[in-house]
Amino acid sequence: MIALERRPQPSQAWSAAAPLLAVLLTMIFGGILFAALGKDPLVAIRTIFWDPLFGEFASFSRPQLLVKAGPLILIAVGLAMGFRAGIWNIGAEGQYILGAICGAAAGLAFYPMEARWLIFPIMVIAGGLGGLLWAMIPGLLKVRFGTNEILVSLMLVYVAEQLLAAMALGTLKNPEGMGFPGSRNLKQWVSSANPELIAGTGMHWGVVAAFIAVIGGYVLLSRHLLGFRIRLAGQSPRAAAFSGVNPNRLILVCLGISGCLAGLAGMFEVSGPAGQITIDFNSGYGFTAIIVAFLGRLHPVGILFAGLLMALTYVGGEVAQLTLQLPGAAIQLFQGMLLFFLLAVDVLTNFRFRFGRREVKA
Amino acid sequence: MTLKTILAGAALAAGLAGAAAAQDDPVTVGFVYVGPVGDGGWTYEHNQGRLAVEEHFGDAVETVFVESVPEGPDAVRVMQQMALNGADLIFTTSFGYMDQTIEVAEQFPDVKFEHATGYKRADNVSTYSARFYEGRAIQGHIAGSITESNIIGYIASFPIPEVIRGINSAYIHAKKVNPDVEFRIVWAYTWFDPAKEAEAATALIEQGADVILQHTDSTAPQAAAAEAGGVYTFGQASDMAEFAPMPRVSSIIDNWAPYYIDRVQAVIDGTWESQDVWHGIGEGMVGIGEITDAVPAEVKAEAEALRDSIAAGEYHPFTGPLNRADGSAWLAEGEVADDGTLLGMDFYVEGITAEIPQ
Repeated sequence: MIALERRPQPSQAWSAAAPLLAVLLTMIFGGILFAALGKDPLVAIRTIFWDPLFGEFASFSRPQLLVKAGPLILIAVGLAMGFRAGIWNIGAEGQYILGAICGAAAGLAFYPMEARWLIFPIMVIAGGLGGLLWAMIPGLLKVRFGTNEILVSLMLVYVAEQLLAAMALGTLKNPEGMGFPGSRNLKQWVSSANPELIAGTGMHWGVVAAFIAVIGGYVLLSRHLLGFRIRLAGQSPRAAAFSGVNPNRLILVCLGISGCLAGLAGMFEVSGPAGQITIDFNSGYGFTAIIVAFLGRLHPVGILFAGLLMALTYVGGEVAQLTLQLPGAAIQLFQGMLLFFLLAVDVLTNFRFRFGRREVKA
Repeated sequence: MTLKTILAGAALAAGLAGAAAAQDDPVTVGFVYVGPVGDGGWTYEHNQGRLAVEEHFGDAVETVFVESVPEGPDAVRVMQQMALNGADLIFTTSFGYMDQTIEVAEQFPDVKFEHATGYKRADNVSTYSARFYEGRAIQGHIAGSITESNIIGYIASFPIPEVIRGINSAYIHAKKVNPDVEFRIVWAYTWFDPAKEAEAATALIEQGADVILQHTDSTAPQAAAAEAGGVYTFGQASDMAEFAPMPRVSSIIDNWAPYYIDRVQAVIDGTWESQDVWHGIGEGMVGIGEITDAVPAEVKAEAEALRDSIAAGEYHPFTGPLNRADGSAWLAEGEVADDGTLLGMDFYVEGITAEIPQ
């Protein structure tokens, strides 16, 4: 007989090993999937995980990893703060959109003034503030009326999407765009552009912000009183209450941090890689970041690696689609497997297998 | 022999060598799709075009595609990957790829790009689009003739010129045969979302619409109409013949194959040049699906005559006298709309009482 038995303490070793095992299992089962589709599994896995890093065009795809991972890491670090404290902000996608809208709008208000030193910082502040305020809606509703932040923040994503469409079609529409939807291209205007800082590296201000967030998040969680309170509230709300943690303030702070970072990610994306507000500007970073946060064990440094790994599956997945003609859905399935196996293996952090007959206690 | 002639000779030799290399190497053609190839509508038809290219050229041409590419930085990366992997010609098949196509085209001046439905061009970027409004005229004619409730439902996607043009064209021709006709327009804010489209269709049917036109790509409105019974629909982007003869009575089919074959041939011949095409029924880019027997024979004959006169260039769907919805004059008697106005169309024609959402 095999039974699952709760561990007295969550296993540190399993907690660290789980992501690696999950990646390994994903490769094995993904390989089986690709073989079933008639592709050589080893070639497919190599194309996804190896070629973007060391293949023929690696000098091109390595910077792309940073471009793709930057927003994921930035959002996930913020989300992890809340998740650690048991505050579930599922609506980072909406906060990301609002950050982009507010950042772009603040910049475009000055068009065509040439004053990068003034306009770009204003856009950064507006972007962060936009995401923060959007996250305050579920926060204040929870604090004031006890609503569920999971539902409210998720529903606000759909509101944000409608708002985005309205902006692309109306308020922020490019007056010189011949009636087509979409804002002016922020990347082509010197005051608002978020360009590659060093050519050929993929480094833009959003990636810089992501690195700062990782360091800041690490310091906050391990060295700062707020970090202690966040961890305590997550592990034992009762103990947190006794030690003087104000749960309402903690909710607002956690949602505020995650909303602000998501908003910043949106702002850096719209002024850099994306370039303009369009109807479908958001491409799921806010949701993917949830996977990244858990894959990184809700730890800022772990998130850094998880974000890069996730970016690798995107970039590598595209290469596989292109060179092996793997269907797009197979790549998405492959990414989904990663989270699935992580959650499955995670059981072993809190439980262990018992082999043999259960002892019967008298 | 002067230096000049030596250089000229060398250039010629290099040119010949290049041409010879191009002969041996199959031409690689890339396609960037916004949806999955199985969407049954927009992307499906582009992929049919790709398959037609493969069939036509056989081993001389190799095609690659990436599906469900979001319109944004991901599209840039996909196009760059294609160019790096040796694509000679890349079709980017959604309006939202416009700035990205221009950006990548600047980085790869030797690769040719073809962007669907956009308006930005470069030396190595062409644009192509189809005059779907010609098909809308025929739909409008049939819809106006067969409606009994005089209410025609229209599932619109996004308030952009392309969609507004279609609404206007359909309305003008419905009104021509039926002065009492009324259009109810629902904005779905999506190109492809079966649940939303079904909801919109049901709402329109409940409001009394007995003909549903759609500018969204799924077959969900067809299914909703079939369920309601006695409601007519038209296939969009794809023939959607599985819903014929009722509710689907005809369709607008995107037929990209002839154009794609043409442009690939131009690359092989070395005659490819940047251009801007806007083809209609006449050139075969817009197809009109078979009109079923659910439509009275004389209406069918009229619709086919309309189709043929548009194809022959004898009739333009936007011919005056036409006024804008605000009552101001647009086209005088016999005047034909110019392409510039049509491409940027942001107003309804007189008679449509709805507002274009902002």
